[in-house]
Amino acid sequence: MTTMSAALAGGRIRRLTPVLLPLLILVMLVGLVFVLRPNTMSYMGLNLLLKLSVPLIFAALSQMLIISQGDLDLSTGAYVGFVTCISAVYLADQPILGWSILIGSVLLYGLVGLVTWLRRLPSIVVTLGMSFVWLGLALFILPSPGGQAPDWLVALPRLRPAFMPFPIWTAIVCVIVLEFGLMRSSAGVVLRGAGGNPQAMVRAGWSVAGLRAIAYLLAGVCAMISGLLLSGLTTSGAPNIAPSYTLLSIASVILGGGAFVGGIVSPFGAVVGAITLTLVSSVLTFLHVPSVWQIGAQGGLLILVLLLRGLLKGDDQ
Amino acid sequence: MHLSKSLSLGVAAIALLCANSVMAQVADGDTSTMKIGFSNSYSGNSFRQVMNQSFEAIAKQAVADGVIADYGMVSANNNVTEQAGQIQNMILEGYDAIAILAGSDTALNGAVRDACDAGITVVVFAGTVTEDCAYNVNYNWASMGKQEIDFVAGQLGDKGNLLEIRGIAGDSTDKDISDGLHSAAEAYPDLNFVGTVYGQWTSTVAQKEVATVLPTLPDVDAVVTQGGDGYGAAMAFAASGRKMPIIIMGNRQDELAWWKEQKDANGYQTMSLAATPSVSQIAFWTAQQILAGKDVPKKVEVPLLTINGDDLDAWLAATPVGGVANPTYTQDLVVKMIDANKNGDPLPATPAPNQ
Repeated sequence: MTTMSAALAGGRIRRLTPVLLPLLILVMLVGLVFVLRPNTMSYMGLNLLLKLSVPLIFAALSQMLIISQGDLDLSTGAYVGFVTCISAVYLADQPILGWSILIGSVLLYGLVGLVTWLRRLPSIVVTLGMSFVWLGLALFILPSPGGQAPDWLVALPRLRPAFMPFPIWTAIVCVIVLEFGLMRSSAGVVLRGAGGNPQAMVRAGWSVAGLRAIAYLLAGVCAMISGLLLSGLTTSGAPNIAPSYTLLSIASVILGGGAFVGGIVSPFGAVVGAITLTLVSSVLTFLHVPSVWQIGAQGGLLILVLLLRGLLKGDDQ
Repeated sequence: MHLSKSLSLGVAAIALLCANSVMAQVADGDTSTMKIGFSNSYSGNSFRQVMNQSFEAIAKQAVADGVIADYGMVSANNNVTEQAGQIQNMILEGYDAIAILAGSDTALNGAVRDACDAGITVVVFAGTVTEDCAYNVNYNWASMGKQEIDFVAGQLGDKGNLLEIRGIAGDSTDKDISDGLHSAAEAYPDLNFVGTVYGQWTSTVAQKEVATVLPTLPDVDAVVTQGGDGYGAAMAFAASGRKMPIIIMGNRQDELAWWKEQKDANGYQTMSLAATPSVSQIAFWTAQQILAGKDVPKKVEVPLLTINGDDLDAWLAATPVGGVANPTYTQDLVVKMIDANKNGDPLPATPAPNQ
């Protein structure tokens, strides 16, 4: 309530719009789901409803870190699929090999960040290329869907923590960690600065190449967590399990108030955006909208939010 | 004495009859307040669309008859995470049973487990999931190969040259049918496979592939197929001017029409067999019967639709041009299938439609 009354004080509303708007939409969607299917209003119901948003939350956070560098990652979906294959094939029986591959792949993510900066390569093209690399490696490891994720990973999304279901806890912890780590801490400011104004960071004596490598590395870690959780949820792996994550993660970040110019992102917004996009498809199912229309409807919602944001913000940008 | 003996015999006979009718018993538990859902992994081809229509037709009728309260259908766009999400939504929507055509053997295990935990009956059909709590309704593809070989051997007097048309390399159904063919052929040492082509279950591809390989082959007495390829094979043989072999057909309208034309002209004999899109109806009735309290085995094998010369006219008349023979499965017939599985009896044949 205090936020609301403070927000009424003019200027702040514009600053908060990018964050409040997705939250408003999320609240409306949840309300709609509760009206349509009252039995979702329970611990079990919320858990089922939000379960599949958890991997997407981490994919969105990964994408957010890349977008904070003014770049785009078109390999997120393929990489998440690759991680599910490693998880389903190696993590249970040969954990050391499995983790080595995963750590190596995260280091490769960092290397991509480094190389794109040093050679001034367009990230869209490089990550598109990487998406084929990940898909190829995934198909090599697991030619057809299957395998078995390790037991601890399958058990993770089945956890029943106190007070709130697992997905909500995860969302809250993610927001807190990243709000403090990326938005409030001085290290986070520097990291975002490397994307927002690299020249200024160079003049201040920072190595932009190093910062970008770190941002990409962290993005790799988030995407890896996404893949691990997805394989836990589905209990298996598949090279083509998550191609939609690439665009959904970008959409989550933008929906949550991020901008392509670099430096402007919001972990809270990205998490809310990811949950919103997951809920949209549930709402559309509950309304018996045919699934062929659902992808289109998700896109329509995204455009609507961006339009609203533009209207509320005015033209001061 | 005589009287009592014949009396007791008579009682025994009646008891036996009753036992027989009890075995084909439709469970009549009240399902009138229940909802059955269908989650299809993909609806982007004609087979899957006919499958959806078949499910909808039978479900709508069941609602009208008061057998169930409601039904629902969703399709994922060949995306298993989407399908898992849709199954989770169906759990929330309070379905009592969900029929699933799974996009993956394993990736839906989590969602299937959730459904079972919520007390929902899960029937997976025309494919499997490895989660134990689901009922599996599926064809025995190896038996398709055996049926073909037994028929061909009977026609040819146990000896002759065979051409095999396979489906798509690397596909598990293709492998199962082909393995069935070859292991059945081991019983007939004088049946020789003289060639193999991949027809991709498509008439045009099969025609091209058969035409390519034909000049290199000795006389071919029979062509064993996987469905959808028979008409193309016939065209290739006709163009080559060779003697027309026995070509096993796959229930497509063009195959049945060609067969009838040949049969009327020169008494051509073959058989036709394939899976049917209306297997979704078998899944529907299996789910309904489980809800009604019937004891159903976890694995239910369902028969392929086999068309013989006698039924050809009836099936051809009932099959639309460009379509595939698609019977309507009644509750009674599905119960007979379930009972045959339970008792280890031969599966019931699908009766030809009434003309």
